[in-house]
Amino acid sequence: MKEYASPSRKVFLVFNYLLITLITITCVLPLIHILAVSFSSSGYVDSGLVTLWPKGFTLASYRFVIKNEKFWRAFGITLLRIMVGVPFNTVLAILMAYPMSKDAEQFPARRVYICFFLFTMIFNGGLVPTFLLVKGLGLLDSVWALVLPHALNIFNAVVLMNFFRGIPKEIEESALLDGAGQSYILIRLYLPLAKPCLATIILFSFMHHWNSWMDGRIYMNFSDNYPLQTYLQTILSASDNILLSAMNSGDLQSIADMLLVNGRNLRASQIFISIIPVLMVYPFLQKYFTTGLVIGSVKG
Amino acid sequence: MSTTSGIPFKRKKTRKNTLEFHIMVWIPLLFLLIFNYGPMFGIVIAFKNYKPGLGIFGSPWVGLQYFQRIFLMDDTMRALRNTLIIALMKVIANLAFPVCFALLLNEVRVRTYKRVVQTITYLPYFLSWVVLSGILIDLLSPDGGMVNQFLGFLGIEPIYFLGDKNVFRKTLMVTDVWKNFGYNTIVYLAALTGVDPTLYEAAAVDGAGRWKQTIHITLPGIATFVALMTILGIGQILNAGFDQVFNLYNVSVYETGDIIDTLVYRLGIQQQQYSFSTAVGLFKSIVSLILISLSNFLANRYAGYRVF
Repeated sequence: MKEYASPSRKVFLVFNYLLITLITITCVLPLIHILAVSFSSSGYVDSGLVTLWPKGFTLASYRFVIKNEKFWRAFGITLLRIMVGVPFNTVLAILMAYPMSKDAEQFPARRVYICFFLFTMIFNGGLVPTFLLVKGLGLLDSVWALVLPHALNIFNAVVLMNFFRGIPKEIEESALLDGAGQSYILIRLYLPLAKPCLATIILFSFMHHWNSWMDGRIYMNFSDNYPLQTYLQTILSASDNILLSAMNSGDLQSIADMLLVNGRNLRASQIFISIIPVLMVYPFLQKYFTTGLVIGSVKG
Repeated sequence: MSTTSGIPFKRKKTRKNTLEFHIMVWIPLLFLLIFNYGPMFGIVIAFKNYKPGLGIFGSPWVGLQYFQRIFLMDDTMRALRNTLIIALMKVIANLAFPVCFALLLNEVRVRTYKRVVQTITYLPYFLSWVVLSGILIDLLSPDGGMVNQFLGFLGIEPIYFLGDKNVFRKTLMVTDVWKNFGYNTIVYLAALTGVDPTLYEAAAVDGAGRWKQTIHITLPGIATFVALMTILGIGQILNAGFDQVFNLYNVSVYETGDIIDTLVYRLGIQQQQYSFSTAVGLFKSIVSLILISLSNFLANRYAGYRVF
């Protein structure tokens, strides 16, 4: 149905598009600015002349970062925790979601288990007791301290559980009549049907592990063991001198680069490198995030 | 098939089925028992003067001494006050702005434009506060940061967004909205599409313009949902956003910006005041538990909302 566009409506639409575009641009501007700073030389950066376009274009800060062992070691640790943690999260979410998605008549104990699971969403032991537990288990300074404590993400599991609930019961019933066991039904029938939802929770799990910094901070005693975000967090509050000397490798190119580099563009380039994976993955998988979000929050 | 021979068959099948379920559940449950319920026993530390050398069992009991200290110390009361104020500001802002933006975006008919806007605005949600604080510290710097430069063009003095305790809370609120409004807009847009379109048509026939339609149809239509989000937000009011505050704060803004979680972290991890930190954390957890249970109960009563 075509709407009658009165003059005031047209004016409104123009303002609307302008306003929305302006607001949307503010979401990208900071990233563009950081990108510009990372490619600029220190003189311009310090005088505040860099806004959205690099001035004194140089790759010096990126060269510094690439030679910085600490950065890449932290990057590697984050990759490691993703490779270990995401499968753990996914498997545990599936194992919880599937039985919980059954009715009470099919699985009476469900009510009891659900209470156990949901209670943890509103109450936990707190920072210090959890730390002491992880320490007591001897997990400090290992990747397991980053993977095991939140291996079961209740929110993801609930999203998946609701999805399983939406799958027609007939599929399960006819498989049961044919003599199938529940694990067969889960693996061969339900999981293939749940692929979009699984993709969503895998992505959420990936983002959690990528962005997580506090567990690295408390469970790792040595900065060598920090995951990426924790490492970034330490350099953000470091002074310029500490930053430069920590990253100094002494070869000729570095010495030349040192003139062009300061705390600000070094941080900018490390920040930018750390968000490249997110930026690359995000546009393609954005639809999974959106549908998962809608499944999880808007109810009926 | 006669019923008498059918019943024993069915009972055997059911028992076998639930066994598989039980086995499936116990694997994640084990993790939960160790890492979520296990630390709950550690809560006794809040009632003891915990010394690592003596262990949990060897440390002496002190009863409610640390809980008394919560109400006597300025730091804790300050943190409590800041937490409530900041969280309230965020609940309101994270409701008002995304709802308005969703309403505006809803007026856009061009679908590709809508999708592009959603994609771009959803992006900051996926960046960690570590990364964002790195960007913001640079952007908001009083000494050459882009925002203050822009203000300079307008003739305004540089503002210490992250260093001035009178401005800090507003900075927290605005940056939090900026990070999350893409996410929230998607949720509210979904709610908007739930409003019956025939109502709009009927109103148009009656001669109502778009503005009147918005006030009389759209807003009442999403009122329940907005109320639901508000109630749930109030339930979270003691979580003022540790990640954000920790990465953006510094000593000069503690007075208005220090929240319960950052205090717990400083006391527990940095100052190793394990017992006191646990007591503060426990206090927060219990109040949170009450608030969340209450808010979920209200949400269920008035909006039919259930977690499961």
